[in-house]
Amino acid sequence: MSKRIDVKDLNVYYGNFLAVEGVNINIEAKSVTAFIGPSGCGKSTFLRTLNRMHEVLPGARVEGEVLLDGDNLYGHGVDPVTVRTQVGMVFQRPNPFPTMSIRDNVLAGVKLNNKKITKGAADALVEKSLRGANLWNEVKDRLEKPGSGLSGGQQQRLCIARAIAVEPQVILMDEPCSALDPISTLAVEDLINELKDEYTVVIVTHNMQQAARVSDKTAFFNIAGTGKPGKLIEFADTTTIFNNPSQKATEDYVSGRFG
Amino acid sequence: MTTNSLTTSQGAGRAGDKVFSGATLAAGCLILVVLFGVALFLVVQAIPALVASPADIQGGQGFFPYIWPIVVGTLIAAAIALVIATPIAIGVALFISHYAPRKLASSLGYVVDLLAAIPSVVYGAWGAAFLSQQISPAYNWLAANMGWLPIFQGPASATGKTILTAGIVLSVMVLPIITSLSREIFLQTPKLHEEAALALGATRWEMIKMAVIPFGRPGIVSAVMLGLGRALGETMAVALVLSSGALTASLIQSGNQTIAAEIALNFPEASGIKVNTLIAAGLVLFVITLGVNMIARWIITRHKEFSGAN
Repeated sequence: MSKRIDVKDLNVYYGNFLAVEGVNINIEAKSVTAFIGPSGCGKSTFLRTLNRMHEVLPGARVEGEVLLDGDNLYGHGVDPVTVRTQVGMVFQRPNPFPTMSIRDNVLAGVKLNNKKITKGAADALVEKSLRGANLWNEVKDRLEKPGSGLSGGQQQRLCIARAIAVEPQVILMDEPCSALDPISTLAVEDLINELKDEYTVVIVTHNMQQAARVSDKTAFFNIAGTGKPGKLIEFADTTTIFNNPSQKATEDYVSGRFG
Repeated sequence: MTTNSLTTSQGAGRAGDKVFSGATLAAGCLILVVLFGVALFLVVQAIPALVASPADIQGGQGFFPYIWPIVVGTLIAAAIALVIATPIAIGVALFISHYAPRKLASSLGYVVDLLAAIPSVVYGAWGAAFLSQQISPAYNWLAANMGWLPIFQGPASATGKTILTAGIVLSVMVLPIITSLSREIFLQTPKLHEEAALALGATRWEMIKMAVIPFGRPGIVSAVMLGLGRALGETMAVALVLSSGALTASLIQSGNQTIAAEIALNFPEASGIKVNTLIAAGLVLFVITLGVNMIARWIITRHKEFSGAN
């Protein structure tokens, strides 16, 4: 139950400002794809267009197509709410709902749209999702405690559990480890490796070692200068990007010569 | 013998620090002194009325039989005001913070704040001269069709100067307070939580239920309590609108009275024990307000663990 994503000639605008230009990319199902590039190159913006979360920002709009197994996310009459139930997202900073218990956080997405769920099914789903996020053993005795009482790394895995509880096709991660310590980062990276057995994972990261460790394919984004649009420079197998890139800019970036 | 070079202080910045901390301490103490002074005055002045022989108190039956109908009247008027104002205020606040286009939101917020600037005597005049007459046909209808409910028992007041009208006027007066505070709270909802809800596939209303209202809950309670404080203590509007009388269950007959209006209407001509009685009534109002605020605090702290402050 995971779907592929094909992006065709995508431009992203903030008002009249062209932020990302002409992206074409094909993301395989059940794979991990990393987006790397310097700050401000539009990789997070582009990631958000994959589940229409950019629409939260005033004035943001796109041109082009994003196909989820052939269905255009921006097709006429497509509800962004439906898109987001299929394409989940994990954010840069852990954001469990502070007013909810750990259990309610996991079930938050499931209870949306007036869906009813029996207590037994809910318990099973909470355990399955928390196990899927490698968090069950740490929190099984305090499911009714607030999610905000967990450590940063645990909170982020709780957010991942919340995202996979709604059984999406794709999981987007926007620098999920940038606010975490190295041990928590390792836990999340291990989790990403397991998630790709069932989900299509797309991850934005500033950490090139992380991209090299977790991803099958890597996309390098770059920006020509301030005020210019970000572009997809190169997209290939992760080993190729890091060892034998075809573009000079990619080589400079991954070898640490800039950025 | 060596001197510790770290002990030599420059001094200049320290004096400012001391002055500032002294000034804030004084300001804090002043509040307590004023509050204590008012409470002391109320208690001391109220004692003669509390110990006086029942025959000397207005009504001739003692202080308690005198005060409890107007306590109930005060609570009824305030309850009507909050029941009407709270849902509208939260709705308007949500509309301004999360639904309205930005230009409309700012002008609407300005208009709401303007409502708070209108003096209460103007509201009172509006309620007495306009609203009560416009609303009295509705009272007749209520008496005819819903009269089996004790609160709508007929015959309805011909002038419309009833506790319900007073409650409606009060609701208009507390509306801007609750709206402004709620709006500020709703605007402070972390973007992160709103996006978390949206990314799970929440609609806008579900996002508000999931992230905005739980986050704002303590603030909403505070806002409602501030509104309640105004509704309990409001004098002029009630004095002008309400045609007061004995305690009655029906909200659409003339009758009932609130503590604040009772004090305002009687104080100018009062003398002797009557003054003490009215001050004792003021003490009761003070205690009610204090109690309400303590309950509000308790509601807010009860869920502290889940407040998002940790």
